[in-house]
Amino acid sequence: MAEREDVARAIRGVVREHHRWVLARLVRVVRDLDLAEDALQSALEAALAQWAEDGIPDAPRAWLVRTARFKAIDALRHRTMRRGKAEEVGWLETLRREPTPEPEELGAEDDMLRLIFVCCHPAMGRDAQVALTLRTIAGLTTEEIARAFLVPVPTMAQRLVRAKKKIQRAGVPYRVPGRRELDERLASVLAVVYLVFNEGYTASQGATHVRTQLCDVAIDLGAELVRLFPEHGEVLGLVGLMHLQDSRRATRVDAAGDLVLLEAQDRSRWDRARIDAGVALTRSALRTGSWGGYALQAAIAAVHAEAPTAEATDWAQIVLLYDRLLERTGSAVVALNRAVAIAFARGLDEGLRALSELEEALTGYHLYWAAKADLLRRRGDFQDAAESYRAALARCENDAERRYLERRLQSVVS
Amino acid sequence: MQYMLLIYENEGLNESRTPEDQGAIIQGYMAFTEELQGSKKMIAGDALEPIATATTVRVRDGETTLTDGPFAETKEQLGGYYLIEAADLDEATAIAAKIPTAATGSIEVRPVMVWEK
Repeated sequence: MAEREDVARAIRGVVREHHRWVLARLVRVVRDLDLAEDALQSALEAALAQWAEDGIPDAPRAWLVRTARFKAIDALRHRTMRRGKAEEVGWLETLRREPTPEPEELGAEDDMLRLIFVCCHPAMGRDAQVALTLRTIAGLTTEEIARAFLVPVPTMAQRLVRAKKKIQRAGVPYRVPGRRELDERLASVLAVVYLVFNEGYTASQGATHVRTQLCDVAIDLGAELVRLFPEHGEVLGLVGLMHLQDSRRATRVDAAGDLVLLEAQDRSRWDRARIDAGVALTRSALRTGSWGGYALQAAIAAVHAEAPTAEATDWAQIVLLYDRLLERTGSAVVALNRAVAIAFARGLDEGLRALSELEEALTGYHLYWAAKADLLRRRGDFQDAAESYRAALARCENDAERRYLERRLQSVVS
Repeated sequence: MQYMLLIYENEGLNESRTPEDQGAIIQGYMAFTEELQGSKKMIAGDALEPIATATTVRVRDGETTLTDGPFAETKEQLGGYYLIEAADLDEATAIAAKIPTAATGSIEVRPVMVWEK
């Protein structure tokens, strides 16, 4: 019995390692995401039974592809018999004749790219892109994805079904975009990965502040993209950024689950390995000449990560980086961060002046009011600070952030 | 695959255009249609008369009622269509993006349903 358990565990490990590659290859061979998933599931069940008897084969990935391909042919044959669709009959014939593509590594990266780009195709909404990517590339279950996004399981299942139906019925192609559209399509992929990371890093609602799994999944997806696009500035930049933010995961929230600001975090507990990896990726990104917003954000995070103490932070450098980022994005949220950096680099009065220019654009955003309250508190204007903390609270939904704001409010009214 | 490209635009927009601008748009459509026909991807395509000419038909309990106007009041109205043959959605959306009205209105891209026997 114990031996069976060992085998099962070993098989699960192999499956985790190869899951997305096998699926990517299958999708190319059978050209149908649903069919590929079902076939892979059957192949995995077959593997569990047969490998327990005969041991794990030398080339497990090829074994899984081969087995799943036969399962797919089987399923397709049943479907064809039921419906007699001419197109499927023809396709089944081609599939039968086509020899199993070997060796297994041949074109594997191309398969993976096709799968990634189809999951993040701009013809689908962001929610659908995220769900599909987590399901097919990261191999999360529908239940796990639903839990992570605080959505009922049937809703998430429905979202996945709809997305797959759209791919199939609307003719979303399984192909790698050409050079001309690559940057735009890649931007969509990066946005999906960063959304997954942020959902794990700062939950927009609810009590669990850090959902480790999603951060790990996002960094893992990022590592895959770095392997596929080792010279792309924004890919390197985003993955560097995620490493740097994640290095502070252990110190962002205290034992009571309360938010700890950057300046108050215990820097000795920052994850040095993550910081080193993040800084190295950021440097490579900035060397490419094709870097953009993610690389700049990574550079800002790197300046913070490399400061031995909060007081030693090179705020002038950070303001410069935010200037560049603002030029690129024109984003009011970037302008907000820049205003805070100005307050530390050049003084509170200048920071508050920069902030006041943003009040109209950001009046509904709780972090605007939190930042304003904080600068006022530092200047000693406790009454005005209290008013701004109240404005922030009225607009904030995250539990940990609310508790932080309430503590700050108490400190200025008493 | 066959795709229907449905062309929507605020009709008021065209009324406010100068004759020169209207002429330029018509020429744009002529050039686009010629290119599409040349590439053998066009199956059909037409412009529609304005919604002022529309009549909506409903049959309820065997009784036919006619209503003056389109079925729904929307900001942009259906003004024409192309039925095309394209390899996949990427090709269909690339063609849709070249329709002159894509720059001022919206093009809805819908795959034509394939009936199973």
